[in-house]
Amino acid sequence: MSEFFTTTAIVATLASGIRLSAPFLIAALGESVGQRAGVLNLGVEGVMLIGAYAAYNTALETGNVLAAVFVAILMGVLMGAIYAFITVVMHAQQGISGIGIYLFGLGITDLLFQKQVGTPKPIDGLQSTSVPLLGDIPTVGEIFFRHNALVYVAYLLIPVVWFVVNRTTFGLNIRAVGETPEAADTLGVSVTWTRVSAILIGNGLAALAGAALALEIGIFQYNLTAGQGFIAIALVYFGAWRPSGIMAGALLFGIVSSTVLQWKTLGIVSGSASSFTAMAPAVLTILVLVVVSRRIGQPSALTKPFDRSD
Amino acid sequence: MLEMRGITKRFPGVVANEGVDFTVRSGRVHTLLGENGAGKSTLMKILFGLYRPDEGSVHLEGTEVEIRSPADAISRGIGMIHQHFMLVPTLTVAENVALGLGGAWGSSDLRPIRQRLVEVSERYGLEVDPDAFIWQLAVGERQRVEILKALFRNARILVLDEPTAVLTPPEVTDLFTTLRQLRDDGRGLVFISHKLHEVMEISDEITVLRDGRIVGNTVPESSSRESLAQMMVGRPVLFTRTVQHHDPGEDRLVVRDLVVQGDRGNLAVDKVSLSVRAGEILGVAGVSGNGQRELAEAIFGLRPVESGGIDIDGVPAGSLAPKAVRSKGMAYVPEERMRDGVIGEFTVAENLVLVDHGSPPYTRWGFLRFGAIKRQCTKLVQRYSVKTPMLETLTRSLSGGNIQKVVIAREFSCGAEVLVVSQPTRGIDVGAAEYVHEQLLGQRAAGAAILLISEDLDEVLQMSDRVAVIFRGQIMDQLPRSEATAMRVGRLMMGLKAE
Repeated sequence: MSEFFTTTAIVATLASGIRLSAPFLIAALGESVGQRAGVLNLGVEGVMLIGAYAAYNTALETGNVLAAVFVAILMGVLMGAIYAFITVVMHAQQGISGIGIYLFGLGITDLLFQKQVGTPKPIDGLQSTSVPLLGDIPTVGEIFFRHNALVYVAYLLIPVVWFVVNRTTFGLNIRAVGETPEAADTLGVSVTWTRVSAILIGNGLAALAGAALALEIGIFQYNLTAGQGFIAIALVYFGAWRPSGIMAGALLFGIVSSTVLQWKTLGIVSGSASSFTAMAPAVLTILVLVVVSRRIGQPSALTKPFDRSD
Repeated sequence: MLEMRGITKRFPGVVANEGVDFTVRSGRVHTLLGENGAGKSTLMKILFGLYRPDEGSVHLEGTEVEIRSPADAISRGIGMIHQHFMLVPTLTVAENVALGLGGAWGSSDLRPIRQRLVEVSERYGLEVDPDAFIWQLAVGERQRVEILKALFRNARILVLDEPTAVLTPPEVTDLFTTLRQLRDDGRGLVFISHKLHEVMEISDEITVLRDGRIVGNTVPESSSRESLAQMMVGRPVLFTRTVQHHDPGEDRLVVRDLVVQGDRGNLAVDKVSLSVRAGEILGVAGVSGNGQRELAEAIFGLRPVESGGIDIDGVPAGSLAPKAVRSKGMAYVPEERMRDGVIGEFTVAENLVLVDHGSPPYTRWGFLRFGAIKRQCTKLVQRYSVKTPMLETLTRSLSGGNIQKVVIAREFSCGAEVLVVSQPTRGIDVGAAEYVHEQLLGQRAAGAAILLISEDLDEVLQMSDRVAVIFRGQIMDQLPRSEATAMRVGRLMMGLKAE
């Protein structure tokens, strides 16, 4: 155990924790926007997989990381449009529709990936870029300022999402529609369009989270996300629908994951014991959900379809 | 300024409006009077773009218009104060007012709105804190926000759907002052109500609807409460019920220092002590949401008791399950009859035996005995004059009044002598309400101890031997009927102690 408590090991663990938290953070922030508008999207995992595959394949074909991110977001928005049509326009039950989206994402990415012959080729993923000046600070710079671009994007999204939700007219509409859609409707706010826009944003971000994962690892594989999309949904509850709370949750999960990895690398846990520590994120998810099950601050109209004639 | 001509609206199985003509004039208060289900709300929902009429037309300032949505109605200067407030509880007053005003992507700067809010509220006596969250406000304040919302959208025509239903008498006085001011500014007001003394006080013209049709147009000067009620119901209505005075008996239900939590873990019932004697109705008056629901649920064992005691006939009955409470001789008429009173998807017969279905004669060897059930239900349906096509009719397809009669029939026929009755006449027609009141007085005469919890002050004053007033979970005062005047109880309902 003593080999873990060295500056090098701890700095490395914290830095990689921040890096691992980025996909959680992006996906959970996106999901929170949808939930604030009253839409639960359980399909995050599937959309992340689609985003990851789209980013991997685009990067493989073009070698252009920016194009990969763009295509991934586009696919996410497309999935969002399908989900919005099913749930908002057709008033389908949100829980079961989201599971459908997840299964679709899991299946289609596996199918397409298997069609590609030969052993999977790795891609040139995202390179870490050190922030000028800040990256040179000893220790602090190593932990916070030597990451790839999408990690910075993830953390920049926190104030952006906060501002959009709390300080813009669009955000006011989102909050109103998620709490009391009837009231918003009588004031001429379109419940349908507000919810559709929120879903598109959420799915676009979910796909971006998937892209961040694939471009970070530089490879795609079956079920690459391994439940991260579902953890992201749990983080929205954990963070009580606030960007700052979601950040805290994402960091917690990132650091737990990196600690588990570090222990395995350093040989602190080995063999069957490492299988148990690998369960840590899953166990943590369950604990988190039990603890926050009091549901303070949940949007009142969450999962409730809106129909004016009711 | 507004004319609705020949409006007809049909729903599957019912005609909600048939050939209705309705006019709103600038500087006038036009009252739409009618029972629940008479078609008032349907007509106004058509005006506000929530429904489309099947026939007829709407004319605004002389030109025919088609109102497609609430947004459309608002842009044409029509404002609506809904009976169930259309406010977002987690947003502030200013945010609620700003909602829907700006473009889709603009940053929402609330400063100008806050400033105008202060100006408008001062002008019309609609005081409210722009930065308070809606959930923090009392019902009367929420209504002011609703009115402010409409004024901010330059409503020239203001529709108020049963605005006084949730207010205390002093608040009604304030509201009427504001309404007169709005009228004198040249706005056209539509006032919807079934409270006749209020209608007589505020109206310039009165239109009476019954079963979707207009049955009369009149002015207050040439009508009386009696004539309006007759038009509204279609037969003479008794106003003053003579309640026989008789001496009550022993304490049957005693509540001591009861403390109960609300749904959000808040203190909903705060050291309430009450006692109800045999042959007595104790009325609990209060504005909605002051702990009445939690009090009733705690007494009936539906909500945990934090501290304090509940005794039935001197035997502790706090924190018992509803089944055990029933076995001690208590019955319960819940305020949400569709949620807690009946199972809508069950038949009338099934709902009528729902309490006793597990015991003889309805069950033998674990099997339901349909013959016995049918005999008993036929008797109950006749005795409580439930209007249902068949015993096998689904309960949810009945009218509100008949569903309430099903609940009353079940609860009053099981031999209980302590009755907890919540909002027994809310949302039901005058005939059914009269019937419910008769049944309550019948139970009282038979020696039952009745706790009547109601937000309808008129009902409490009319029915009770004593009146207790609840405010923020506390009993403000208990008055004998002779001392309980509307104004005095109204002030207590607002939390104002007598000087």
